[in-house]
Amino acid sequence: MGALLGVLPFFAYTTIFLLVPTLVVVVGAFLDGNSRPTLANLSALSQPQIVSAFSRSVLLSAVTAVLGAVFGALLAYAVSTAREGGTLRRMMTSLCGVLAQFGGVTLAFAFVATVGFQGFLTLWLQKAGIDLAGSTWLYEPDKGLMLVYTYFQIPLMLIVFLPAVEGLRPQWREAAESLGGSTWDYWRHVGGPILAPSFIGATLLLFTNAFSAYATAAALISSGSPIIPLQIGGTLSSEVILGQENIGKAMALGMVAVVAVVMTLYAVLERRTTRWLGR
Amino acid sequence: MRLRAVRRRRQTLFRWVVVGLTGLFFALPLLGMAEFTTRAPGGGRTLQTWATLFNVTAVDADYPELRTGLLASAGLVLLTVAIMLVMLVPTMTWVRLRMPGMRRTIEFICLLPLTIPAIVLVVGLAPVYAWVAYFLGESSLWLAFAYVVLVLPYAYRALDAGLSAIDVVTLAEAARSLGAGWPTVMWRVILPNVRTAVLSASFLSVALVLGEFTIANLFSRDNLQVAINLLGKRDSSLATAAALTALILAFVVLFALSFVGAGRRSHQPDEN
Repeated sequence: MGALLGVLPFFAYTTIFLLVPTLVVVVGAFLDGNSRPTLANLSALSQPQIVSAFSRSVLLSAVTAVLGAVFGALLAYAVSTAREGGTLRRMMTSLCGVLAQFGGVTLAFAFVATVGFQGFLTLWLQKAGIDLAGSTWLYEPDKGLMLVYTYFQIPLMLIVFLPAVEGLRPQWREAAESLGGSTWDYWRHVGGPILAPSFIGATLLLFTNAFSAYATAAALISSGSPIIPLQIGGTLSSEVILGQENIGKAMALGMVAVVAVVMTLYAVLERRTTRWLGR
Repeated sequence: MRLRAVRRRRQTLFRWVVVGLTGLFFALPLLGMAEFTTRAPGGGRTLQTWATLFNVTAVDADYPELRTGLLASAGLVLLTVAIMLVMLVPTMTWVRLRMPGMRRTIEFICLLPLTIPAIVLVVGLAPVYAWVAYFLGESSLWLAFAYVVLVLPYAYRALDAGLSAIDVVTLAEAARSLGAGWPTVMWRVILPNVRTAVLSASFLSVALVLGEFTIANLFSRDNLQVAINLLGKRDSSLATAAALTALILAFVVLFALSFVGAGRRSHQPDEN
């Protein structure tokens, strides 16, 4: 009994600030404005603007997850060939840590200053005859947002994938070589299969990262709510139509459901990965 | 041997090409910020924006939102790290000592925020924060309660790695048999031994809190990112300079962290 007292503060805190909010979302999604049980909020998810926001979010997250994973994995491998504890590796991991976690407002400003209407790259390209300022492409979820999201996905991939690449033992490469295998043979039969589960796992993690992101889009897009996090934000900050107060919670529940499925797959893959790359 | 030399040369070439190209991609938007903040009205270059940003009295007088945001974020960093450490370190140590069966539950709870996007947390926290405002007032400082939840997974992993590297049970038993009370065990035996893990958990929390925007913005509270975003509508040049400064600051924090981690690795052999 005395031992239980020691973990009481932790459980009290996480109940108030983690479990209660989760329950508020889960239960609220099934309540109407008068706290009576209803399924209306869930069926409201089939409204065209919510469906298209969901599908835009999924598309944005999937494309940037794959792009980020491919380029991030190449970068992670390149960095892993550098000396451990060397400056290059330190610089890259710290830089990627910042760019992956620190996005939001800063990234929005950075891209406006670079490829926005008055951005320096826009002005340069204008001189070369390419007009970027002619449209609002930077503010559209299937063009500009994809570029900005990829910008924070690549660094995240480096951070998640570097430990896996570092787990490749040089002996495996040497063994393949001494058996007459080429570089292609090594990647096709040894390196690739070993890294595949962690690569897919990392891609899933990148998907949830983009799917959950709110700050970058909020700072970049000032009118309209093309993606689902902005839709949810909109239900919080503006007047909501009477009787639909809890649609935000239903959308939030939908997000959690998507993320939970993806994270479960991730956990399964992670368990497979540790079999070979456990360090 | 010759084969390996060829491969190494090819690997070095590959490394520099890939790091160079992605480095360029990473650098362009940052250069864009630097270029944008040094534009002079008639064309040409000026450091006026940066002079204003680092002129404390001018910022104080003309950009009060930046000052409030900065102060709020500084307070949030301190409070978040304090709550996180005071709550996690004793709990995790206690669980290892007295109730090892509880470890998976604690781990599950700590990693749970990874599956709950910040925007969803905001939706659920709204009624909780109505109570917080009722009891404690509307201060931005209380956002720290939510930030502790956000940093929970990262802090847990860092501290768990630290605690796994030492023999908590033996250390605590030794101290107890010499007559130490539990506070002494925590403060003078466990804490000094997981110093680097505590540091790295704290640094990660600092970087996360300095960059947080979602929760503060949707609850209409002040922090650095909210202030920068607001300032962007009035003086985009100064706002961009402030954002770049915060980014560089976070980079310095994480770069320092990479040396802390290296210190731990080089110590490990003599500990084992």
